[in-house]
Amino acid sequence: MSDHAVNVQRVSKVFNLGKTNEVHAVDNVDLTINNGEFVTLIGPSGCGKSTLLRLIASLVEPTGGSIEVNGKPAEQARLDREYGMAFQKAGLFDWRSVSKNIELPLELMGWSKSERASRAQEMLELVKLPEFGDHHPAELSGGMQQRIAIARSLAFNPSLLLMDEPFGALDEMTREHMQDELLRIWDETDTTVVFVTHSIAEAVYLSSRVVVMSPRPGQISEIIEVGLGDRDTSTREDPEFFKMVTVVREALRSVESQ
Amino acid sequence: MTAVPSAAVTSAPATKARLARWSAPIIAGVTILVVWEASLALLNPAGFVLPPPSAIISAIFENFSEVWMAARVTGFIIVTGLIAGAIVGVVTALLVTRYRLASEILTPLAVSLSAVPIIALAPIFNAWFGLLSPRSNQMIVVILVFFPIFINTAKGLTQVEPSQIELMESYAASKWRITREVRVPNALPFFFTALKVSTSLAVIAAIVAEYFGGRQDALGPLITQSAGLTRYDEAWAAVLAGTLIGAALYMITEILERVAMPWHVSIRGNDPAAN
Ligand SMILES: Nc1ncnc2c1ncn2[C@@H]1O[C@H](COP(=O)(O)OP(=O)(O)OP(=O)(O)O)[C@@H](O)[C@H]1O
Ligand SMILES: [Mg+2]
Repeated sequence: MSDHAVNVQRVSKVFNLGKTNEVHAVDNVDLTINNGEFVTLIGPSGCGKSTLLRLIASLVEPTGGSIEVNGKPAEQARLDREYGMAFQKAGLFDWRSVSKNIELPLELMGWSKSERASRAQEMLELVKLPEFGDHHPAELSGGMQQRIAIARSLAFNPSLLLMDEPFGALDEMTREHMQDELLRIWDETDTTVVFVTHSIAEAVYLSSRVVVMSPRPGQISEIIEVGLGDRDTSTREDPEFFKMVTVVREALRSVESQ
Repeated sequence: MTAVPSAAVTSAPATKARLARWSAPIIAGVTILVVWEASLALLNPAGFVLPPPSAIISAIFENFSEVWMAARVTGFIIVTGLIAGAIVGVVTALLVTRYRLASEILTPLAVSLSAVPIIALAPIFNAWFGLLSPRSNQMIVVILVFFPIFINTAKGLTQVEPSQIELMESYAASKWRITREVRVPNALPFFFTALKVSTSLAVIAAIVAEYFGGRQDALGPLITQSAGLTRYDEAWAAVLAGTLIGAALYMITEILERVAMPWHVSIRGNDPAAN
């Protein structure tokens, strides 16, 4: 396996190429992410964060450049089922119970019924909803649905986890809890995480590097090394943490004022 | 209705709601029948205008074997036509949403077919299949049912949350798997809505088509012949039989819907619009 989990080289994505509504969503972006790294993408709305994430996931084709994941073309990595994804919208299936939603990727990967059931229960406990397995998604609040979607994305220990504002809909306390859980899982496994967020504090708390993007055309304007070491309950009050928050804020401010 | 998880708490209001659901149409129906009977007794118009309900009901009993036979003949055409039309509609929708080529060929064909006044073809179909063959009437039901089923099912198969498709693609699920896991369940409510509309459409189509040909012991001919002989109560008895077939099919469809998609808001009863 190559030591780069993600290798994005001179990648561009133009939507509606050649038409009047042409959009340069991502323009000539280079980004390498090491195995086991936690990277967040941050930037003003419409700067191409989700598009970059979907390019890495090989859900959209780049119009230029190349993307490798775990040393192979992104598409091959997708076909080899190396991704877990979580979106801003929970996107649960109404016709499946909560447990069956979590089991969906496991079904696709051919896990046995008993393995799936015990794994789903484990994940439910992880997101602190152990007694909701038999409920239907419509019976859950928006934040609870989001936690189930996160459980689903983590269920098969993917080597690359792509998350697009997954905690946006959660209340502050649940959000902090989920952040800590995500860091714990990330620490325990060798998962690489690419995480999109609008929250500066979240970006700083979670990641080893923060990628600041600028809009029109979507480009990387700065990559900030966070270097806070292991996170614990005191990190959120650490002066070093606030210093990094300020660094990221200033980087974002200069992007916005462009 | 608020979501109360405990079954013991929900059962009392649920029973009450069910009672209300059944009692309202029954009260309305009985009222209409009473007003109908009473106003005819008071006004006493000529017999051909409208017979009183009591006369229609006694006509059913007097001619029970004849009406029952006719209802069975027409009922068979309705049910088989409905099932065949639904199957053809669903299969076409699956093909059209799955294969681009199928869509380019079949969609314009289906849409132009829908513009044809199908019932007007009954005499022509009779010429094709034979004046006394039930095939022509069956074909008319099939074609009429096909269109709403096809259009609605195709809509349900395509109007899927894009992130749900992306999720499946990120797991490298096959197109067929995505259809099975996401598109088909998403299309179920669309399909059942169309099927409910189709039940009454099928009854109308079968009886009107029978005015032009097909078996002579069916409901359509029974209505025209009784009316021709000024036996209006018998004609109305045949209409009532058609109504009952339509109502029964509608109820069966509702039951199937409940069995097929217990998860849906319209069935779980949490949808305020449904109450
Ligand atoms: N499928 C698409 N077709 C056309 N244009 C698109 C498509 N997806 C994204 N875009 C455009 O590309 C640009 C970048 O969109 P993207 O969703 O990547 O932004 P974002 O950084 O994720 O924004 P936000 O923070 O609001 O989620 C936007 O101008 C958007 O309109
Ligand atoms: Mg986005």
